[in-house]
Amino acid sequence: MSKTIVCDGNEAAAWGVARSRPDMVAVYPITPQSSLAEYISQFVADGIIQADLMDVEGEHSVLSVLQGACLAGARTFTASCGQGLAFMFEPYFRTPPLRLPIVMSLVTRDGITPQCVWGGQQDAMTVKEVGWIQMYCENVQEVMDTIIMAYKIAENRDVMLPVNVCHDGNYLSYGVEKAEIPDQEDVDAFLGEKNTNWHVALDPERPMGVDPLTGGAGGAGPSMFVRYRKGLCKGMQNALGVISEVHGEWALKFGRSYAPLVEEYRLDDAEYAIVTIGSMSGAGKDAVDAAREAGEKVGLIKIKTFRPFPLRALLDAVSKVKALGVVDRSVSFGWNKGPVYQEVLSALYRLERRIPALSFIGGLAGADITIEHFGRVIEMTGKALKGNVPDETVWLNEND
Amino acid sequence: MYEIRFHGRGGQGAVLASKVLAKALVEEGKFVKAIPSFGFERRGAPVAAFLRYDEKEIRQLTNIYHPDCIVCLDPTLPATVDIFAGMKEGGIWVQATKKTPKELKVPEKVIKAGFCDAFGIALEVLGRPITNSIMLAAFARTTGIVSLESLNHGLASVAFRDAALEENMEAARRAYQETRVYDTGGKEIR
Repeated sequence: MSKTIVCDGNEAAAWGVARSRPDMVAVYPITPQSSLAEYISQFVADGIIQADLMDVEGEHSVLSVLQGACLAGARTFTASCGQGLAFMFEPYFRTPPLRLPIVMSLVTRDGITPQCVWGGQQDAMTVKEVGWIQMYCENVQEVMDTIIMAYKIAENRDVMLPVNVCHDGNYLSYGVEKAEIPDQEDVDAFLGEKNTNWHVALDPERPMGVDPLTGGAGGAGPSMFVRYRKGLCKGMQNALGVISEVHGEWALKFGRSYAPLVEEYRLDDAEYAIVTIGSMSGAGKDAVDAAREAGEKVGLIKIKTFRPFPLRALLDAVSKVKALGVVDRSVSFGWNKGPVYQEVLSALYRLERRIPALSFIGGLAGADITIEHFGRVIEMTGKALKGNVPDETVWLNEND
Repeated sequence: MYEIRFHGRGGQGAVLASKVLAKALVEEGKFVKAIPSFGFERRGAPVAAFLRYDEKEIRQLTNIYHPDCIVCLDPTLPATVDIFAGMKEGGIWVQATKKTPKELKVPEKVIKAGFCDAFGIALEVLGRPITNSIMLAAFARTTGIVSLESLNHGLASVAFRDAALEENMEAARRAYQETRVYDTGGKEIR
């Protein structure tokens, strides 16, 4: 039987992990992920999660331990964010090309400096080029459900890649809602048999060179290296289809459906749209409803899967409108714009006509992005439709 | 949609109070979203938590700026924090205090106030000045939004760090009985 609870996003994530039956977990606490680490430890102590819990001295060891476990055939889980993720970076970079299907919650946090332990997506956006799949959740239930789906996506033979399930620090780590824990047997049937090391293993019965030194120019090394790179690229592209399939299966089996790649909200007759990602999207939808009541033909495009980038799905959405306002919760310092905005621009290049797009940045360091903030985004994007297109980034919380 | 803002000091359990109330309201069939404010988590520092509920699904996950109801877990906090900031006209104020409306300044926008000597009850029953379960019961008595029974179920589902469940339920029962509810004229209406 499924069970209804009232919990925050970190507890929901831990329940998603519990239902996925990992063999080994390792977590090092860091705000705002810490209570997720505590729930995992408690669940292991209570026998709710029957896994080996490795107590290690830091995030670098966390992921190194899980790499070994995954190579030995284990289903694995960890969670981190911010400076913890920074300390994890060396093994983090090795995980995708080794094609290890590790699932990791990123409880997104803004980057120092100045000192900050609060939410923001700077950490996740900083590692978007490393080769992990990234999915961003909007509410507590979606956190739980996406963790379970992440295993099915990661362990798909055409994918075999690690997944970051991102939920916004503060808002979704501590935000409390009703959530339904799916039945264990149903999840078992949904996930099926796991095989995390059919392709690369630490196994005395199947000796193989893992993570070989490829050798320099002049030999076979660079071409082998390119094969690894192209394999990773192919896995990422395969993931787009697999993510959609798995979300479809989830909806059929559990009755809860989420747009797997890109959600279109009130877009079909929209003249312009705002683009959101993560927990801000609910307030964005409310703001769209309010603007619609005032006669504005505005819609919303929410990005759930950011890596691999959902180019086709996004093109389908943006081809319906004539102007865009993109709201980011982090900064691209190379462009002085939002990173999601820059990626959306790359997609817009594929359109036959040119449409204006504005970059908004808000919600840094735990700041709120309210319905009123979205009202401003909608108003400015509506003006862009009439030719008023400022090039400057708009910082939503600057005058709060 | 109804919006509630909790004020307290770090360690009094304002965040846990919002979680317990969320559980109680869900049990009564409501849709709820609750989040704490994000500041420094230190004992004694002013903290806030937000809860909104509705008969239909809530999407926005944001702080609350214009609450319908304010629940303050600490008697000294109104002197240092503007707990009424942004409060809607016709709101309800639930306050931990020994005092009466004559001794405390009740803003005009408050149409109903519930006062409870939460520290007194906490020290007698729990032996510590932890006021969250007490002030939830004061909230229930003042507003009638949630039943004491649902609150008790909410309390039963959380782990208490500083006191046992039975003690918290006893403290809540006493608070429900002893909370004084006043109208705009400062007249006790129960």
